[in-house]
Order: sequence, then structure tokens, then C-alpha cells
Amino acid sequence: MSQVLDTPPPIQAPADDLKALAARHGLSVSGARPSLPEYIRQLWDRRHFITAFATAKLTAQYSEAKLGQVWQVMTPLLNAAVYYFIFGVLLGTKRGVPDYIPFLVTGVFVWTFTQSSIQVGTRAISGNLGLVRALHFPRAALPISFCIQQLQQLLFSMAALVVILLCFGVPVSVSWVLVIPALFLQFTFNAGVAMIMARWGAKTPDIAQLMPFILRTWMYVSGVMWSIDKLTKNDHLPHVVTVLLQTNPAAVYIDLMRFALIDSFHARQLPPHVWPIAVGWALLAGVGGFIYFWKAEETYGRG
Amino acid sequence: MAEQTEHTQQIAHTDRIPTVVADGVDIVYRVNGTGAGRGSATAALNRIMRRKQAEKAAGVRRVHAVKKVSFVAYKGEAIGLIGTNGSGKSTLLKAVAGLLPVESGHIYTNGQPSLLGVNAALMNDLTGERNVHLGGLAMGMSREQIKERYQDIVDFSGINEKGDFITLPMRTYSSGMAARLRFSIAAAKDHDVLLIDEALATGDRRFQVRSEERIRELRATAGTVFLVSHNNKSIRDTCERTLWLERGELRMDGPTEEVMKEYEAFTGDKSDKAKKAAPKKAA
Repeated sequence: MSQVLDTPPPIQAPADDLKALAARHGLSVSGARPSLPEYIRQLWDRRHFITAFATAKLTAQYSEAKLGQVWQVMTPLLNAAVYYFIFGVLLGTKRGVPDYIPFLVTGVFVWTFTQSSIQVGTRAISGNLGLVRALHFPRAALPISFCIQQLQQLLFSMAALVVILLCFGVPVSVSWVLVIPALFLQFTFNAGVAMIMARWGAKTPDIAQLMPFILRTWMYVSGVMWSIDKLTKNDHLPHVVTVLLQTNPAAVYIDLMRFALIDSFHARQLPPHVWPIAVGWALLAGVGGFIYFWKAEETYGRG
Repeated sequence: MAEQTEHTQQIAHTDRIPTVVADGVDIVYRVNGTGAGRGSATAALNRIMRRKQAEKAAGVRRVHAVKKVSFVAYKGEAIGLIGTNGSGKSTLLKAVAGLLPVESGHIYTNGQPSLLGVNAALMNDLTGERNVHLGGLAMGMSREQIKERYQDIVDFSGINEKGDFITLPMRTYSSGMAARLRFSIAAAKDHDVLLIDEALATGDRRFQVRSEERIRELRATAGTVFLVSHNNKSIRDTCERTLWLERGELRMDGPTEEVMKEYEAFTGDKSDKAKKAAPKKAA
């Protein structure tokens, strides 16, 4: 029967026996990483959780504010106003860019989508350890859910953008339909990068401190508030730099959106091979990021 | 009960179906930045440069939370986990749930054990109603299941007894109300292996009685229930077998009454058992 021992644990059943017992009854190792197809299936089963969590986060965000959900639209507008003041008025990058305000605002909104997806992705695991340690679900649900939240936020911004476009006399055109594939590709890219960052951030939370600097640098080279097309037209740039500027995924997605929405932004202003590049980045980041994230599934939430 | 007399780990008995097998489980936490190294900045640099070797020199503290614990839990059992604060009870539960990796040894389980608790998934800024949905989805219930059980969850929590509170944000709830709602959401799902951490200590007396009842129901449907609690009475009421963890070691495993007697002697009366300064009981 039971006994009390002071130091060593009382029961030392031979390890083989316990292992055999577990095997005999078909018990599986707790917390092992599922196979990739199984993982995708589990993730699909949680799709309602993923969207509900994103929507919940979005609604909870401004619930303390007096103006409430109005801030969903106000925040991006204020952002655009600040950039207009600095780059359009003070630094004069607007010279030679037709429809500068729609050009700038589209750039800011589309860039913000990528930027904040990556930022929340970095903290997706490390900032939600409580959730990770309390409940069982495929962890990829977190970065994906946060990216969906950013997408929802972007849709609010887009509503504001449409109003701005109409105010500045940009005509409604058929090309607006292109917004849908462009957004889809950008979302896939963002989610993939967010998953990569989530894995890094889970291992080394310090990365979250570095991200603002990296992202700001990225923003300034992505032609958010100036026209890459104008810069690359002058031949004084080395070829490598031109190619890098033109294949930069953020720049590609921003320019696609401008092309779709703004009448005066012509197809020849787009970087060469823009759609294949956009699809390539989305596939590379989306699939690569997902597999990279899954590889460390069982380690999330450790110590 | 027949089960009660069979508590020493006689694995030869194969007529009972094991649901959780812990085989020499060790769990170690690593804590960064405890400043155990020489200045914490140099320690941090050290840590980055020499990842694997000399963790200790680099200021990483290892906390050995659970040491060589082995046990077998069978279908239909309700097992209490007791021990003084910081003895590794919750850590062990999380490892059984597969939420914490083990350092060495193995934990085998039948199906997916789940911790009773959805606190982390709930958001204080949302209404109770939306939290019921969110919590249910987070535990892996389908939308239909939630819809079906929604009324039961709300009724069970008793949130609406004093007016229509379920449509208010959770941050407006009293701590007792919020705890009741959390328990009700968590207890709405059926589990193979259910792990409960101190959940019974919430709410007023009436709610405690109700939750103990619900635990018994869950036990009937669940294969096995583990209960961590400092409330000796609720352990006695719900569990027939008890594991006693002390400083991460499994000190005793047997019928609740026997283990409890020893445990109470250990915590209550210093002169009796413990040579290593027994922790204060009052805490």
C-alpha cells in the first residue's frame, strides 16, 4: 500500500514497463507535433475560432475610447495627414506626382497593413503565452488570426480611402476590381512573414524591440510617400538597386493597389513583371512561412 | 471501492484501461535575465554568444520543477493533486495536457487531455455573450455546439440572476461573477481527460456546490479527472485517489484518505514529520 518516503520518489516502475503499457493501450505521446496534413486539418477545424478571435480583438481595441469604432477610420486618416504634411508639404516629394494625396494615402494604408501584420506577428506567440499555455490549438491560428485582424482594419481604411479618392476626383473604374486579387496576395505574403516572425519572436522576444527600426527602413525604401518609378527612370542608379527597389514585395503590393485604384497611375509606372512577382512573393512567404512555423510547433510556450 | 484498494502502481493489472501514463517525467524551466551572471548586460551578451554551453555562467537559471515523476491514471478515476505552494502541481498538469515540454521521460495520453480554463482566451472588453462564443471556439467546440449549450452556460453561471448582465462587457463584472462565467464556459465541453486547476475555489458557496456537482458530471463522461486544489475538503469530496507532490517529487500516491492524513500531518505539525523546515500552513 501507500508509503511515505522522505527524499526519493516512492514509485520507480521500470521505464520499459510503463512504455509498454502505454503502447499496449494505444496511448500517444502528449504534445507531439502533428504531421503537416493533420496540422492543416486541425487549423481548418479552428477556422471559426481564428476569425472570431480576430474580430473580437478588433472590437476590443477601441472599446475604452469615447468615439469607439470611429477610431478604426480616424487612425489611418490621421496617419495619412501627418505624412502629407511632412512629405507632401515640407519636403515636396509631391512634385511631379499627379493625384499626390490619393497616391500617398493608398501607399500609407497598404504599407500599414504589411507593417502591422509583421509587428503583431512577432508578438503573436511571445505576447500570448497565457493562451498558448492554457489551450490546445494549432499555434499557427494566432499569427493568422492577427493578420486577419489587420486585414479587417485595412478594409475600414479602404472605406475611408474610397471617400478620399472620390473627393479628389478620381473616377470609379473597372480596374478597382483588381483590388481583390492584390489584397489576397498581399494578405498571403503578410501572413507568411508574420508566421516566420512569430517563430523568431517566440524564441528571442528581443526581436520585437528591433522590428520598429527594420520596418521603418523598409517603409522608406518602399516608395510609400515617393514614386519609385520616377527615381528609377533616371539612369544614375546602379542596375542592382533598381531591381531591388522594383522587386521589393511591399513596393510591388503598394503599386498594384495604386494601379488598381488611381486613374492617373498608369500600367507603365508599374515595375516589370509585377503580377508574377506579386504571386511569387505570396507563395514563397505564405507556404515557406507556414512550414517554417509548423516545424517548431511543439516548442511554442516553453519556459 | 475495489479501485481504491488497488492503488499502488501494479502495472501487471491490465484489466483497467490507462488514460495517462507518466514515465519518469522531469520538467525544467529556464529563466533568462536573473542577473546570476556578472552584470546583466554582459550576461545577456554571453547568453547570445554561447547559446548552448555554460547556461549557468550566462545567467540562465534552471528551475527543476518536476523530478522523476511516474504514475498511471486509469479510466474512471478522479485523482487529486496536492502539495504546498510551488511544489510543481500546476506544472505537472500542464505537461500532461501537452502544453509544456518535458525535459526527460515521457507522458503518454489517451486522446487529448484538456485543462479546464479558458481565461486566457476571454477578453474583458467584450460582452459576456461574445465571450461565451469566443471561449467555446477556443476550446474547439463547433458553432452549433455553442449555440446548443449557450443557454445552459448562461443559466449555470447565474450571471443573469441579478439582471441582464450577459450583454455587458466582462470588465463590468465583479470578480466572483467573472470567475463563475469562466468556469461555466470551461465546463461546457466534454473531455477525455480533464485537468482542473483550483477551479473550485471560485464564486460563492452556492456556486461552489453547483460546480462540484458539475465536476462529478464531467467525471462521468470524461475518462479521467485530475484536480489540483488547496481545498482539502473538495479533494476529499471529489477524488478517491491522490498524488502528493513536494518540491517536484512524487512523495506519495494512494487513496485520498491515507495521503491526506500524511499531508495534513506534514503541513500542520512541524515536529512530527518534516526535518526540512515545513512551509507555513497559514499561507
